[in-house]
Amino acid sequence: MPKKVAYKAQIEHLQILDENGKLDEKLAKGTLTDKQVLALCEHIILCRHYDEIAFKLQRSGRMGTYPQNKGQEAIAATAMAVTRNDWMVPCYRENSALFLHGLPMEHILLHWMGDERGNQIPEDVNVMPISIPIGTHMLHAMGIAWAKKLQKTDHVALTYFGDGATSEGDFHEAMNFATVMKAPCVFICQNNQWAISVPREKQMASETVAQKGLAYGADCIQVDGNDVFAVYKATKDAVAKARKGEGVTLIETLTYRMGDHTTADDARRYRDSKELEAWAKRDPLLRIQKYLAAKGMWDDKKEKAAEAGAKERVAQIVKNCENIAKPSTDDIFDYTFATLPDDLRAQRDSMRTNSLSLEPGQSTLRSPEPQHA
Amino acid sequence: MANLTLVQAINLALVQEMEADERVMVLGEDVGKNGGVFRVTEGLQERFGEDRVVDTPLAESGIMGSSIGLAVGGMRPVAEIQFEGFLGPAYDQLVNHAARYRTRSRGAVTVPLTVRVPVGGGIHAPELHSDSPEAIYAHTPGLKVVMPASPYDAKGLLISAIRDPDPVIYFEPKRIYRAFREEVPEDEYTIPIGKAKVVEEGEHVTVVSWGAMVVDCLKAMDELPEDLSVELIDLRTIYPLDIDCIVESVKKTGRCVVVHEAPKTAGYGAEITAQVMEHCFLHLEAPVQRVAGFDTFMPYYKLELEYLPSVERIAEAIGACAAY
Ligand SMILES: Cc1ncc(C[n+]2csc(CCOP(=O)(O)OP(=O)(O)O)c2C)c(N)n1
Ligand SMILES: [Mg+2]
Repeated sequence: MPKKVAYKAQIEHLQILDENGKLDEKLAKGTLTDKQVLALCEHIILCRHYDEIAFKLQRSGRMGTYPQNKGQEAIAATAMAVTRNDWMVPCYRENSALFLHGLPMEHILLHWMGDERGNQIPEDVNVMPISIPIGTHMLHAMGIAWAKKLQKTDHVALTYFGDGATSEGDFHEAMNFATVMKAPCVFICQNNQWAISVPREKQMASETVAQKGLAYGADCIQVDGNDVFAVYKATKDAVAKARKGEGVTLIETLTYRMGDHTTADDARRYRDSKELEAWAKRDPLLRIQKYLAAKGMWDDKKEKAAEAGAKERVAQIVKNCENIAKPSTDDIFDYTFATLPDDLRAQRDSMRTNSLSLEPGQSTLRSPEPQHA
Repeated sequence: MANLTLVQAINLALVQEMEADERVMVLGEDVGKNGGVFRVTEGLQERFGEDRVVDTPLAESGIMGSSIGLAVGGMRPVAEIQFEGFLGPAYDQLVNHAARYRTRSRGAVTVPLTVRVPVGGGIHAPELHSDSPEAIYAHTPGLKVVMPASPYDAKGLLISAIRDPDPVIYFEPKRIYRAFREEVPEDEYTIPIGKAKVVEEGEHVTVVSWGAMVVDCLKAMDELPEDLSVELIDLRTIYPLDIDCIVESVKKTGRCVVVHEAPKTAGYGAEITAQVMEHCFLHLEAPVQRVAGFDTFMPYYKLELEYLPSVERIAEAIGACAAY
């Protein structure tokens, strides 16, 4: 019997706005309006300033470890492709998308200031707390999407993760579950080329992240992740498909981590600064500014105004975060369960675990009446 | 002899074991070029090459499961899990496979594997970077669990772990990675797994602890009245437990306080308390006391110092136990 091809596939790469700010008009049709691009431009300026201030807060000892988002802000365009009913199940490098989706900007700072209230997301905001364990949360997104399908809504779930995360087993289980259950879930991998010190080519032997989804029967696409148009279009198409129950999409956004992995990291130990310089030219913000400038919608004055606005807003956010009173120690206990078991209540009220002073009434260093003769 | 931190002592043990035995290899996330996120494996890849010091893909189940295969296949893997919280994805491979192979194959398949894991809180780290899960693994048959509290012990214990014929979890208390230095001999030596150490001798109360809490116990002892004489035992190995060392001490003092960072309920303090009662019932002058973390999650860092047993809480418990 002659051999035949059992399966054949290819991965498309989509770019609409190139590094020089030049737009492919045909591909851009029906994507972002100029007004939306302008809004994104101002939003990215705000997010980048926020990111810089967060970095400085860490450096000056006013905040713990922080993972910079710099260079990856085009991911904000995904938020323009959904409605507030849709869910976001994120990692930690998509602040710009979360903010557009309604997450108050204080929350991310509070989280990295070591305060769980940063995860206490307002009820009307469909954003899950950022996932610290890598590559585990995509299953939760798939489950939320599955629930939305069972409830016969047309809401979808977007989940974000890094290139490194696609090495975790849970990523593969999530893709498989999503496609098998036909859950309205969109998987968005921000391939920023690095997972701490491990470059993409040491993380995986596959040429693209996108092709990993093929194995599970997902639609897969790679986009220029620093191009807001491409990010928007791929997300919009994937969301439309998901809403209609027509399948799962894996989007790989090619981007670059412009900063260290976190403030606890020093990327100079493992990566060449030339790589950073090359990617700096592909900065998502630069090219939107060029695009808008060519249309007469952007100039120095506008930029200064946007920056001044960002400064003022972020200063207020930092103030709000730093002025909030430290949580009481009750907070350590009160959210463990809906109803606190008695032993936990005793620990909370006494702040003790040793039985000789567990009851709040017992004073320490005072011996109780001898029980033994 | 050199004056080394805990991090440097671990690094030295790795270097020497890799020099001595070419089957020994190191693998994990960021352990190679970057030298590990805590720099514990710094310089190893340069020295021993990429085949023996391996930056793996980001997958803890993969690290643990492939290390089992490496061990069975004749290597001596020293796997690193970047933080204790990320033992989660590796749990199945560790508990259901690494720990069980010897038993389920009636000795035909064995897993000489060392798993290094930074552990514990107090360094202002994010969520899942500050936990103390040692009791979970002590509760798992087939696993040995060690946790050094000083650079000298760190070196000797790691060498023992690497040479041990069974899987050993080597927990590294990250709060004291660089907290102090100690003379660490250049020469080869081992600290046997399963042997505790009397850090300070005393007459009135026995205090049992391990990891970074040993340092806090010493501080607590400084807070106590001069005439209260405390014997401090550093367990060094969580499992197998050196109960003889504890029993000998408690028979002398009649009082015992166990101090650990992990939650109290079903924590390892409960096991020690039970065994002290089994062995020393007629010698006890007071109920054994536990000073532990609360039965909650380790909070984010704004409240982590309130969660951790403080020097004050430890001192109060010792005082209360002594006064009982
Ligand atoms: C399960 C788990 N393992 C390890 C880590 C430690 N860690 C934090 S971020 C990271 C790299 C993540 O890389 P990638 O998924 O590419 O995301 P990026 O940071 O590049 O955005 C690692 C190994 C973790 N947080 N969770
Ligand atoms: Mg990455």
